[in-house]
Amino acid sequence: MNFKGRDIISIKDFSKAEINHILECSKKMVPYAKGEKYTNILKGRVLSSLFFEPSTRTRLSFESAMNRLGGRVIGFSDPSGTSQKKGESLADTIRMADSYSDVIVVRHPQEGAARLAAEFADVPVLNAGDGAGRHPTQCLLDLFTILTEKKKIEKNKIVLLGDLKYGRTVHSLAYALSLYGVELTFVSPGSLKMPKEVINECKELGVEPRSTSSLEKAISDADVLYVTRIQKERFPDAEEYNRVVGIYKVDNDLLKHARKDIIVMHPLPRVTEIKPEVDKTPHALYFKQAFNGVPVRMALLSLISGGRL
Amino acid sequence: MKELKIQTIKNGTVIDHITAGNAVKVLHILGIPKTSSSTVSVAMNVKSKLGKKDIVKVENRELDPQEVDKIALIAPKATINIIRDFEVAEKHRVKLPKEIVGIVRCSNPTCVSNFNEPVESRFIVIREDPPRIKCYFCEREPEDIAERII
Repeated sequence: MNFKGRDIISIKDFSKAEINHILECSKKMVPYAKGEKYTNILKGRVLSSLFFEPSTRTRLSFESAMNRLGGRVIGFSDPSGTSQKKGESLADTIRMADSYSDVIVVRHPQEGAARLAAEFADVPVLNAGDGAGRHPTQCLLDLFTILTEKKKIEKNKIVLLGDLKYGRTVHSLAYALSLYGVELTFVSPGSLKMPKEVINECKELGVEPRSTSSLEKAISDADVLYVTRIQKERFPDAEEYNRVVGIYKVDNDLLKHARKDIIVMHPLPRVTEIKPEVDKTPHALYFKQAFNGVPVRMALLSLISGGRL
Repeated sequence: MKELKIQTIKNGTVIDHITAGNAVKVLHILGIPKTSSSTVSVAMNVKSKLGKKDIVKVENRELDPQEVDKIALIAPKATINIIRDFEVAEKHRVKLPKEIVGIVRCSNPTCVSNFNEPVESRFIVIREDPPRIKCYFCEREPEDIAERII
């Protein structure tokens, strides 16, 4: 399976077999991501890290991944210090990064920005989130987390909770999980329901997602509860946001209704949707999930750069 | 014999079976009359066996079928007739190309193609009739294609 030179823009660009290959490579990267083993397979390579929107985990884990592989990182985390402030197009910024580096990671508020970046770059482009659109590396690390915790992805009962309308991670994840034939349940406020096109994609892959507003009922036999933040920055008006924020809260009382081995995941950052008391329980997987971003991104960087352990 | 409301043409192209009301949009997609000084006749809401339809006749110009195919976006049942010396010399039904470039504006206001970037709008055709297209950049499917024609 050859990934060399490929762009990572959307999870839909990959077959199930290719996703499985990425997950296998991610597993091999874990001891290197933890610093227990060392490698220099990307020595001499430069990654451009172009973050036009705020990020903690995605940016740091990409940069950690490149450093752990022996490569170097250039870039910015705040576009106000760049020529974008002077009106430069994304296309021109990408042309520059293309000539300065061997791989580009881009996060941008406009949907489709990473696909556009890939049009203007000769080097591989990795999408680190484009507005409310796609976030394929998050999706891969979510799959990797389920795989490592549950030993398989297939047949799990998975509840996706929260902002299913604007949340970019849940759209990609619902599609990817459907490739594996899981049982999906969507729980959200009425105004933040999963878009029809995502539901149709699941159905086309043979999965019939259930939708409910009752979280207690939904988690009673679930293997995975995937929680998302209600994202203020994606709402067209503050009133709509205020109506729905805080509707669902995951706490220890709620988890009494769940199976003992349920895992709680969250792409982070969380605000009030998961109470800190859950952090100390064996259900809390979100910090481990965030760590998994490093081995998964190491696997992707090495695969598209042609580096081998 | 019924009298035709617009005259037959000696040479040129007749686009028939256009979805009623869409003839002007078809001309817009084809860039007519900007790209042509030919005489163009438009008949709208013409009664036919299958209900109402629009017809466009372009005199003394044979439109390239591949160029015309993109009108299938809003007139999926249209036929292209090439007329030579009052006879139909060639006839084919429009067929959507795999990609539609620079014709439809993405319905997603935050799609990168709606900003100041050096790219034309680009859509992948998912289904031909009725047409379904998906933005190449943001993957959004516009529901009202006819309203999104640039």
